[in-house]
Amino acid sequence: MSTPAIELKGISKAFGPVQANKDISIRVMPGTIHGIIGENGAGKSTLMSILYGFYKADAGEIWINGKKTEIPDSQHAIRAGIGMVFQHFKLVENFTVLENVVLGAEDGALLRPTLARARAQLKKLAEEYELNVDPDALIEDIGVGMQQRVEILKSLYRQADILILDEPTGVLTPAEADHLFRILESLKREGKTIILITHKLREIMEITDTVSVMRRGEMTATVRTADTSPPELAELMVGRKVLLRVEKAPARPGDKVLEVRNLSVTDDKGVKRIKDISFEVRAGEILGIAGVAGNGQSELLEALGGYQSATGTILVNGQPIDLTGSKSDGRTRRDRGIAHVPEDRQREGLIMDFQAWENVAFGYHHRPEYQKNRFLMDHAAMKADCERKMERFDVRPPNPMLLAKSFSGGNQQKLVVAREIERNPDLLLVGQPTRGVDIGAIEFIHQQLVALRDQGKAILLVSVELDEILSLSDRIAVMFDGQIMGERMPAETTAKELGLLMAGIRGEAA
Amino acid sequence: MQKMPAWADVVLIPLISLLLAAILSGLVILAIGENPWEALKLMISGSVGSSYAWGYTLYYATNFIFTGLAVAIAFHSRMFNIGGEGQAMLGGLGVAYVCLFIPWPHWSLALIGATAASALFGAAWAALPAYLQARRGSHIVITTIMFNFIAAAFLNYLLVNVLKPMGAMDPATAKFPAPTHLPSLHDILGAFGIPFSKAAPANVALLVAILACVGVWLLVWRTRLGYEIRAFGHSESAAKYAGISPTRIIMLSMLISGGLAGMMAINNVMGEAERLVLNSTEGAGFIGIAVALMGRSHPLGVFLAAILFGILYQGGAELALWTNIPREMIVVIQALVILFTGALDNMVRMPLEKLFLALRRGQTATTAGE
Repeated sequence: MSTPAIELKGISKAFGPVQANKDISIRVMPGTIHGIIGENGAGKSTLMSILYGFYKADAGEIWINGKKTEIPDSQHAIRAGIGMVFQHFKLVENFTVLENVVLGAEDGALLRPTLARARAQLKKLAEEYELNVDPDALIEDIGVGMQQRVEILKSLYRQADILILDEPTGVLTPAEADHLFRILESLKREGKTIILITHKLREIMEITDTVSVMRRGEMTATVRTADTSPPELAELMVGRKVLLRVEKAPARPGDKVLEVRNLSVTDDKGVKRIKDISFEVRAGEILGIAGVAGNGQSELLEALGGYQSATGTILVNGQPIDLTGSKSDGRTRRDRGIAHVPEDRQREGLIMDFQAWENVAFGYHHRPEYQKNRFLMDHAAMKADCERKMERFDVRPPNPMLLAKSFSGGNQQKLVVAREIERNPDLLLVGQPTRGVDIGAIEFIHQQLVALRDQGKAILLVSVELDEILSLSDRIAVMFDGQIMGERMPAETTAKELGLLMAGIRGEAA
Repeated sequence: MQKMPAWADVVLIPLISLLLAAILSGLVILAIGENPWEALKLMISGSVGSSYAWGYTLYYATNFIFTGLAVAIAFHSRMFNIGGEGQAMLGGLGVAYVCLFIPWPHWSLALIGATAASALFGAAWAALPAYLQARRGSHIVITTIMFNFIAAAFLNYLLVNVLKPMGAMDPATAKFPAPTHLPSLHDILGAFGIPFSKAAPANVALLVAILACVGVWLLVWRTRLGYEIRAFGHSESAAKYAGISPTRIIMLSMLISGGLAGMMAINNVMGEAERLVLNSTEGAGFIGIAVALMGRSHPLGVFLAAILFGILYQGGAELALWTNIPREMIVVIQALVILFTGALDNMVRMPLEKLFLALRRGQTATTAGE
């Protein structure tokens, strides 16, 4: 047996009283793709940050290619042959691809010779690994898939033999993800070692050779991918059996609750983000909006939720609503029976520095049940309401006095979902309901959405997770570049067809 | 996760900051050849050692409570109101007009009228910067600073050219009529048989300031508007999602802030000087920033910090009077306190947080070991 490319022995790391990593040991063989899977907060990112020199482990050793190695900072990591592709790219937007690649690796006072060498090197890498990018394009002009390739090129240019990718497919279309996987395969053939961090079971099954599962800071299992199955991995991640598919009866659509006609949105910079779209959502159905992030879905939710002005017509229960002016705000929308679980619970849905009970009234703080008299709010009523919602939605810990930021992602989301669903809205807008939410809570939130649908409410679901769209929606609309590319029924379409629509390619059927 | 207990945040950090500032001040006094221990004793006896001393300390503290509350309420909506100085000057103008041109039958009615006028004038002076911030994105720090200068120039013009009584040499208004004279702490406490210095300027405005503390506390933590102000201050994007109008919150919080700063005038103009003079505010608007920072934008904290700065002000004046320590040095000491309690907060906070984390980890380790 050859020496492992990376071996971690007994790594532990605590942040205050929180043990993020507990005695973790893994061996990754050279020329393999090793997956690390686990829920949010399981300690995956901490472990990789230790390997890349961002954090110092409290205990444990790192061995690279059979040698014990100290990695106090990222410079040492690069020297040890480790490259990292972050979830959020670290690129300079107004630099060219070439300039970004050499940034921090300039080998002299003058830039020109470095750039010339880098250009030649880049050409070679592109041929070897299918990593085609235009070296002179500006980062801000190229798509996310391309930007990710630049990140990989950056690592390879620095002679990385070990590549760590943190949630690499989160921002990609299915086709782009396939392309990425082809690149990873060819890197593997050349003997590079790859660590893939993800929470998507499908990716693990598709590309990895071995997989390690993390749960609550501990490594619960390391298995050969060929010997395991998605349900088994899910169970290892959560610690109990989970339903991977949503169980729901066929929808019984009723009257039109939401009608959108010729809606357009232009942002502050004068860019048209939504271009003349029309659709409708009926009572008792879930309309899923699929699409790669940044194709107008956020603006659609903002316009419907009342904090983005728009043109066109929106009818709710047959009555038009104001799209501009003082009666187009979130409060008026709520009064019209529109509830909204926003895409970004930390920036929009919750005040992170408010306690849970204060957040439970957020957006509904004008309602009479929260007022003690004309001037003062009724804190006791808010706390009682929070306790009730926490119990019904199984928010843990069920303590209304905790700050919102001290809950886990899943429990924060449950707080938001509880607040919005319990209002018994006619129309529920839902954006990325399970982003950064653990599998256990995903299951619960999906059940709540289906239950609300079965009560005859209309739901507009926006998600970049195609699996989520496919399993929850009764109808699917695909957005690309601010337009709706087409509508499909989930039973009559495939992930592949939707993927093409998401990339802006219309099939003959459309 | 709470990094350290609340009492450490509220009590320990200001105390350590204060101690550091005191030590450094002591070194400075030592360097110019004076005895820091004697200086400290003089400062304390001069500011809290007698009812006369208290009378001055509380008078200054009253100013600082108003301006401190003004900065604090703006902080809650994440507005940095540096214009307390100008707003307080304009508040003085409001007081002067009300006291000079309305024949009040009794001081209590005059006080109500003057309070309203001072708040109105102060709020008006904050309205334009607030509007520019809310609708045009002009930074509130820049505009409120500018408005301090405009206020000073404006008052200068009015006092020299308009309000100065005929024949007077002094750029000040006429003395306010007797029915507008506010009872001092001597008069108030005397009614209960408690002796208090007759000469000290502390007056009934202190009680108004304490009422303002309670009012601000109710507003921020008990009303819908306070809820919206805090929500907006923590997260503008979330506020928009919830249907809270940024324009409305910026305008309202700045108007309240300006109003509170303006209300300072019932203490210094109406209660003490009993006429409007040039530069009546004496920098209290700026001290309010330090008071709000040190008081963590909480009315109780502002109240305590205002008392502390009152002590520093009065003690410093005594020091300049009785020792060879030059007046400028007093400003240095006050500046050190502001620096340590306001600006260098993190210098004390970070090591303290680490210490508490280490202590807690030690505790968990022992419990785990048992």
